[in-house]
Amino acid sequence: MFASSLHARLRVLRALFAGALLLLALVPVARALTVAEALSIASGDTDARIAALHRAVQTPDPQLAEYLHKLLNDEVQIDGDRVLVQRGSQWVDLGTGQAVTPSDNAQSVVNNNYVRKELASAQAALDLFAPSAAQRLKAVQRLQDDPTSVDRTLVERALQTEKDPAILDRLKLLHAAILLTGPNTAERLAAARELAASNYPAVRSLLLSRLDKVDGKFVEPDAAVRAQIQSSLAAIDNRLAWGERLGTLFSGISLGSILLLAALGLAVTYGLMGVINMAQGEFIMLGAYATYVMQWLFQRYLPGVENYALIAAVPVSFVVAGGVGIVVERTIIRRLYGRPLETLLATWGVSLVLIQLVRSLFGPQNVQVDNPPWMSGGLHVMANLILPYNRMVIIAFTAAVLLGMWLLIARTRFGLFVRAVTQNRSMAACVGVRTPRVDMLAFGLGTGIAGLAGCALSQIANVSPEMGTQYIVDCFMVVVLGGVGQLTGTVTAAMGLGVVNTLLEGVAGAVLAKIAVLGVIILFIQKRPQGLFALKGRSVEA
Amino acid sequence: MAAITPNELPLSAPARAPRAQLQSPTAFLPLWGWGVFIALLLGACVVVPLLALAVPQGSAWHLSPYWVGLAGKILCYAMVALAMDLVWGYAGILSLGHGLFFALGGYAMGMYLNRAMTAASGNLPDFMQFMQWTQYPWYWAGTQHFAWAMFLAVAAPGLLAFVFGFFAFRSRIKGVYFSIITQALTYAAMLLFFRNETGFGGNNGLTDFKTLLGFPMGTAGMTVALFVVSSVVLAAMFLFARWLVRSKFGRVLTAIRDAESRVMFCGYNPLWFKLAVWTISAMMCGIAGALYAPQVGIINPSEMSPANSIEIAIWAAIGGRGTLVGPIVGAVLVNGAKSVLTVSFPQFWLYVLGGLFIVVTLFAPYGLVGLVRQWRMRRG
Repeated sequence: MFASSLHARLRVLRALFAGALLLLALVPVARALTVAEALSIASGDTDARIAALHRAVQTPDPQLAEYLHKLLNDEVQIDGDRVLVQRGSQWVDLGTGQAVTPSDNAQSVVNNNYVRKELASAQAALDLFAPSAAQRLKAVQRLQDDPTSVDRTLVERALQTEKDPAILDRLKLLHAAILLTGPNTAERLAAARELAASNYPAVRSLLLSRLDKVDGKFVEPDAAVRAQIQSSLAAIDNRLAWGERLGTLFSGISLGSILLLAALGLAVTYGLMGVINMAQGEFIMLGAYATYVMQWLFQRYLPGVENYALIAAVPVSFVVAGGVGIVVERTIIRRLYGRPLETLLATWGVSLVLIQLVRSLFGPQNVQVDNPPWMSGGLHVMANLILPYNRMVIIAFTAAVLLGMWLLIARTRFGLFVRAVTQNRSMAACVGVRTPRVDMLAFGLGTGIAGLAGCALSQIANVSPEMGTQYIVDCFMVVVLGGVGQLTGTVTAAMGLGVVNTLLEGVAGAVLAKIAVLGVIILFIQKRPQGLFALKGRSVEA
Repeated sequence: MAAITPNELPLSAPARAPRAQLQSPTAFLPLWGWGVFIALLLGACVVVPLLALAVPQGSAWHLSPYWVGLAGKILCYAMVALAMDLVWGYAGILSLGHGLFFALGGYAMGMYLNRAMTAASGNLPDFMQFMQWTQYPWYWAGTQHFAWAMFLAVAAPGLLAFVFGFFAFRSRIKGVYFSIITQALTYAAMLLFFRNETGFGGNNGLTDFKTLLGFPMGTAGMTVALFVVSSVVLAAMFLFARWLVRSKFGRVLTAIRDAESRVMFCGYNPLWFKLAVWTISAMMCGIAGALYAPQVGIINPSEMSPANSIEIAIWAAIGGRGTLVGPIVGAVLVNGAKSVLTVSFPQFWLYVLGGLFIVVTLFAPYGLVGLVRQWRMRRG
């Protein structure tokens, strides 16, 4: 009897306890923001407001989130003991929920930057409980940049409810970052160990700050924790360094692929005809403008598929630039055969005319070429390594063009002729190759590829009538370095220049890097006047 | 490349020609040539100053200082075209980087003018104060002395050209290869001078000059004086260049231009000939730049832009390469047209310039002088 009543009593107690727990969990959600709370967050001195804010955030509810949002947007007024928020064009009393007209002594709430920062953090903390996973992820990311700004209990509650594994991982790191500044040594040690897995620069600086000394005393009092922080830091640094290295390599390859696209056509025409086409940059510009025109046409006549204008622009830019190139070859360059210096000047003239022509047609300002949605954004590889999709597309595009070019030169009859004329023009003519035709087509190919380069560049650079002039010197350097007659040389030179340039940029800044590269090329030519991959044997002097 | 004037090439020179016979059979300048030369020089040194300074302003004969300044500026361009002709017309080296040497000369003069301006206040130039420098960098040392600045105007381009040329010519870089490397050189220098840290005023360059050798700048007297000095220097440069190309040195240069390998087999080392004319040409550009800076009142890195340098080539090409007179005429004509057109039809100028590049190379490879010679030959 006694035992059973004890049992029953225990059961009741347990039920009561569970009920209380349930209440504890449920009540805050159901509870609405009180006017008193809203008032204390919005008025008083900064410290009091922030303290009130921290108290309010302990019990997250949607109304609080909205209120914080209004506060951040400066849409809150205090009218005596009423709090008014702006909804649409009306002012609404927060307590009654009814539209009111603010009285004369209503005052807008002014937030200083410190309060603003706290409000934003609080908003992010509330977003940890938002229904949409994307919003929660964003909130975690936002808080990870400033882990000290958020309350520990909130994060712990979010840890219990969170289901998405990616967000959960981030939450754990965030939690550890918060624990690191807490009073419990064992927790700090565990946190320091856990944070070694973090990739965030903010976590790194947090760890570093724990190692600092203030007034001769370590911020982190425990030696074991300090040692753990040290080793965690080393692990993070190691990974971050890799991210950085990979990032540099990627942007180097990206720059190199652009150089390659721009210089590929130049290498063909120079190798074939000994002609430096000074207007190469302007053919790039023509390709970019062709892309612009395609985008405009699609927006105007095919608005449903305008995101694919870029794909349609690829062949168009090739044809436009190549077509203009063929016209230039037939009317000008052909007549200057055997006078490379004069050809250089004449093509410079062509470039001036093309610049002015485009300027007259489209105006001297930049035109806007948009990234299609499928090319914006990037692949998040590491915390400090994001690979933008547009760069990746350009690298792939360059690879495709290179492959096409290689197939054309190495596998087709036309390619055979091009190689023959490059190696020995008179002998090729003797065996029946129509060299003028090969010249014309090759020039068209070279300028067409420049057009493709323009199409690609329009996605990452400004499109203006003068855009070509920026690339021309770099293109020449690729050709000079790579030598002529072989794709390998051009590819190696472009990639090498791209990577070296990016590496040096990190060390010495963009301008000095460029100067250093030019200097190195000039010195390099001392050693190998014919470029990296010179043709050997008889064909050299032919 | 074909010889430009058939009568200047000793096609069948005896195996051991006495030195005198190497000299061209024609005179240093024909009689009418001397006439024109002296008339122009007198016109520039006597008539222009009289018209500009002595004739009262209201008179129809009065020459406004604006035109004198413009003419003086164009004379500087003519010097550069002349220097370009020495390397391109006579040695076959097309430089696309002569703007760099020109700008270096201008900067040397600019440094002097800048210090003359700041000497009064004792402060550093604004752009150095802006960088929080407390003293002049080492390469500004001595530029408060006019003589040293003028030495720099000649020596800096000369030294740069010598070093660059030595490496380039030694490895036998020529043709378009050489051209585009000179272009890269001037491009790199432009980027360097655009930097504020380089210590030449960055983007703005050196400007706002007040006095030259103690005389105030911007007055009519100063404008005319600079014009007269430019005329005299151009005339002297012309005579020097004429002497140079008619000397044995010049003949070897022309031979190198036409058949470099053959000249080597004859026992000459083309390196030193090319290097010498290349360096001389750069120094001439430096002098031109030093005269240019005070006349336009500013020197900035845009003078080094590749486009400016390549324009020099078209001046020489339009007048006629390898004629010395031609490039001077070409520079005057193109820049005269530019001054007029860029004011009245600014959107039109690039078409004209681009068209000139194309038409001249296609239809008049020897330029105006070549056309005149053709015409005279046709008449017998």
